[in-house]
Amino acid sequence: MTMTANKIALSERYTALFHANRARLDEGSSNLINRMRDIAIKRFEKVGIPGFKNEDYKYTNLERVFDQDYRHILEYEKVDIDLNEAFRCDVPQLDTHVVLLVNGWYYAKNQPLQNLPKGVVVGSLQEVANEQPELVQDYLNRQAGLSEDPIVALNTALAKDGFFLYVPDHVVLEKPIQVINLMRAEDAVFATQRNLIVVGKNSQAKVIFCDHTLSARDFLTNNVTEVFVGEDAVADVYTVQNQDNQANSINSSFFKQGANSNLLTSVATLHGGLIRNNLKVEFAGEHAEANVYGMSFTDKKQHVDNFTNIEHAYPNCLSNQVYKNVLDEDSVGAFTGRIHVVRDAQKTNAFQRNNNVLLTDSAKMNTKPQLIIDADDVKCSHGATVGQIDEEALFYLRARGIGESDARMMLMNAFAHEVVQNIRVEPLRDRIDELVEKRLRGELARCHSCDMS
Amino acid sequence: MLTIKNLRVAVEGKEILKGINLEIKAGEVHAIMGPNGSGKSTLGNVLAGKEEYEILEGEVLYEGQDLLDLSAEDRSRMGLFLGFQYPVEIPGVPMVNFIKTSVNEHRKFKGLEPLTAGEFLKLMREKKELVHLDSQLTNRSVNEGFSGGEKKKNEIFQMAMLEPKLAILDETDSGLDIDALRVVSEGVNALKNPERSAIVITHYQRLLEYIVPDFVHVLYQGRIVKSAGKELALELEEKGYDWLKK
Ligand SMILES: Nc1ncnc2c1ncn2[C@@H]1O[C@H](COP(=O)(O)OP(=O)(O)O)[C@@H](O)[C@H]1O
Ligand SMILES: [Mg+2]
Repeated sequence: MTMTANKIALSERYTALFHANRARLDEGSSNLINRMRDIAIKRFEKVGIPGFKNEDYKYTNLERVFDQDYRHILEYEKVDIDLNEAFRCDVPQLDTHVVLLVNGWYYAKNQPLQNLPKGVVVGSLQEVANEQPELVQDYLNRQAGLSEDPIVALNTALAKDGFFLYVPDHVVLEKPIQVINLMRAEDAVFATQRNLIVVGKNSQAKVIFCDHTLSARDFLTNNVTEVFVGEDAVADVYTVQNQDNQANSINSSFFKQGANSNLLTSVATLHGGLIRNNLKVEFAGEHAEANVYGMSFTDKKQHVDNFTNIEHAYPNCLSNQVYKNVLDEDSVGAFTGRIHVVRDAQKTNAFQRNNNVLLTDSAKMNTKPQLIIDADDVKCSHGATVGQIDEEALFYLRARGIGESDARMMLMNAFAHEVVQNIRVEPLRDRIDELVEKRLRGELARCHSCDMS
Repeated sequence: MLTIKNLRVAVEGKEILKGINLEIKAGEVHAIMGPNGSGKSTLGNVLAGKEEYEILEGEVLYEGQDLLDLSAEDRSRMGLFLGFQYPVEIPGVPMVNFIKTSVNEHRKFKGLEPLTAGEFLKLMREKKELVHLDSQLTNRSVNEGFSGGEKKKNEIFQMAMLEPKLAILDETDSGLDIDALRVVSEGVNALKNPERSAIVITHYQRLLEYIVPDFVHVLYQGRIVKSAGKELALELEEKGYDWLKK
């Protein structure tokens, strides 16, 4: 079979799956979700699973991970153990509201969250869309629906559940919400997860996503998150990716920011097989600020691709991106950073930097800035480096009695620290510092933050 | 303490040191002078264990051990200290972590317990005062944003923290004003005792007014072309190097 024929066959498998399960997809889901499916599957069909010829996916061929016989989970499956019992975050200082999801679904036995401010809703997207559609209807798919990405469209076609957070106007949610995404099955599973976060005007919220696997199987997660940050609101969204290397995931996040809003988002990738993170920020008002950070530490045959797209649609906004990767062994990384400044978005500040350290000759990094600037009064900068560890610095440390491996560790930690230090939740910052160090020492086989084995 | 025998060193296939012989006894201060490009820093780096050099021939004994066989970190732990001509900036590595790790590695090597936080801070305060190092500098990353003079003082500060047996100071005086020079020299002199030695690499004889050497050597094109007492430094100041370049 030729590549193209194979690609068609592969994509058709997913459309066939959709049509064969059309009724089951609708079952139990709100019309708000179901009404998007047919348009979405058509959009998916048009492009199909992106191959290497797709410009946006040129560094990550998804055909390999899609070409598997996965089981799709089309209704909630009971979990035979109590995840609340089994899961215990060992960071007691990390005082969060914990919410568990399993294979893309909101866990039915989540403990009720105590002392949430009035009007704050945390729960299952499916359930909230059914019971309080007014909280969902103005937001769901309002950003993702504009995307040309076939994987996002596939998510919209197949999604039934995910994490939902609503913070009304003028509410400060002090405690972060910690969303633990767990993959757990004895067979190959494809999870479709759809998240929606709404932070009202002049409100504040912090969300921490932790991606884990509880079993080592071939998993593929197609995760889409839409985040609406209201005027004058402050939102933090952190993601710690620490899945088994047999697990693959595509995570697409869409942020829409109102005037004067402030966003901080940061992703730390520790373990996982093939990971693609799509991130889009769109400013929907002036004087908004987005700080976007990412770091990855990879080895073996890991593949991590960060693809960002900042849409400066209004004047006087600031975006700042820093992505750093440390690549060991045969791992491969990619970074594409697109910045679009529209014609009237004057006084835009848009900065981007991507620094990479290759620890071996076989590790590989692709980095590509894409600046499209249609306004004249803007400040934009971008820079990318791919290098080895600084030998002069290494010698300096060793010449003071610090052993070679400790010295290397110090330098890699220092490299990562520029990203870590921006985390605004202090215990999380310390925790990530520690995780990064363990990861670099090779001591972190899976996430130690849960006792689950 | 240190015996260098017929040391020949190449870098990228080019021979830089062409047969160095030098004997340094405990308690002695040796000055190495010579025009730029003579190989002074190369000598210091080779002694400290920098790896990019190829040893073509020769032997170096440090306290009776084959120095060239040891890693850079072990040389440091055994009391050899190189004050760098160009100290490197290491963003993201805090000074305090760096110094603490360094001091405790030295202690571990000697079979001593790490310093407590209190002991460490006290020691650091003491040594900072000794070299008049701006207190704020230890809150930064290693050498990050330090001025030239601050970097040099920082080298002397580290030396004071580690109390080496053999200090090699590579142009620690260049770029320093007279006050800083005095401070740096005081730092060096404060360490002086009959068990400790120093190699002071310098361009100018000015530093040698403060740190009085027992011997002065002129390194030129990879060879020691002249060795004499401290009066040689003055002679060089007056006549330059040309009379030695035959
Ligand atoms: N890493 C290196 N690569 C190539 N050439 C070098 C390197 N280090 C030193 N050299 C050369 O060796 C010679 C001696 O340099 P150096 O030891 O720095 O001299 P000095 O300290 O006396 O000024 C110079 O010609 C210099 O260019
Ligand atoms: Mg030099």
